[in-house]
Amino acid sequence: MKRQEFAEGIRDGVPICLGYLSVSFAYGMMAVNSGMPIWSTVLISLSNLTSAGQFAGTNLILAGGTYLEIAMTTFIINIRYFLMSLTMSQKIDSSMTMLQRFGISFGITDEIFAVSMQHPRDLTAPYMAGLILTPVIGWTMGTFFGGILTSLMPKMFSNALNIALYGMFIAIIVPPAREQKAVLFTVVLAIVMSVAFTYLPVLSLLSGGWGIIIITVIVSAIAAWFFPADDKQEERC
Amino acid sequence: MLSVSYSLTSIAVMAIMTYLIRVLPMAIFRKKIERPFIRSFLNYVPYSVLAAMTFPAIFSCTGSTASAWGGCIVAVLLAYWKRGLLTVAVGASAAVFLIQLIGF
Repeated sequence: MKRQEFAEGIRDGVPICLGYLSVSFAYGMMAVNSGMPIWSTVLISLSNLTSAGQFAGTNLILAGGTYLEIAMTTFIINIRYFLMSLTMSQKIDSSMTMLQRFGISFGITDEIFAVSMQHPRDLTAPYMAGLILTPVIGWTMGTFFGGILTSLMPKMFSNALNIALYGMFIAIIVPPAREQKAVLFTVVLAIVMSVAFTYLPVLSLLSGGWGIIIITVIVSAIAAWFFPADDKQEERC
Repeated sequence: MLSVSYSLTSIAVMAIMTYLIRVLPMAIFRKKIERPFIRSFLNYVPYSVLAAMTFPAIFSCTGSTASAWGGCIVAVLLAYWKRGLLTVAVGASAAVFLIQLIGF
């Protein structure tokens, strides 16, 4: 049973791993090109496991930023994980120990969060271990190879892979939006706000991390107000 | 040249900050939240956060607007026909590749 759950996690982690390979490959190339030693980039990927957060952090380190700047930037860009972790905490299997909760918290990324919310059952420790392990390997290996092979990958190829992770997100939001009006409403409203935050002069002053948080809170609150969710999770038990 | 101690401290600062954000809610909210509004709110979080992160960023992620639009449309269509995550991701990438191959 445990082994089955672990294997299922590994399997669900494969698409994330593939997407991570190309992104972390680009990250490794970029960081090493800009003068960061390979061991630093690999250590950053392994200990941070974030995309935007560690890219910004790397830029700050290269520019000789202060520790406070590095801490604040990391905080703002990654604050969305707070909401994801909160959401995930409600889907954790009751058999999970505190230590296991601390362990799986390390692996909360946009993609792992997205896939785990799509998982039909409550989240067990073995499942999450598998779901986190494959992407961590992809993320770290990609960084390493990007670092040593700086700029060998044809541009057209890496361009095409850049869209893979967004494709995954679309695969997660579109099918339920097709069936539930509430989800369709949530998705459309979030897109409209996100476009506004990107292109309207005043709103675009907010940095990316805060923009996503503000949109998520406002849109989810409005959706919860108009469409109180009927608890499917309870029905499944 | 970056000093090793500065690099290591900076990396530790980044890692600890990121981990704290991830672990605090897990540590604090151990019980199921009962309030219907909060439960509904959390139910919609994945959709709003993923939609906001994908759009409009997807249109500028491939280096050319035409290929990004093509990839996006293919992804939405495949997802609409309920294909799996991997199929949608690979389909979108293939579309971008082909569109760039023919010169857009």
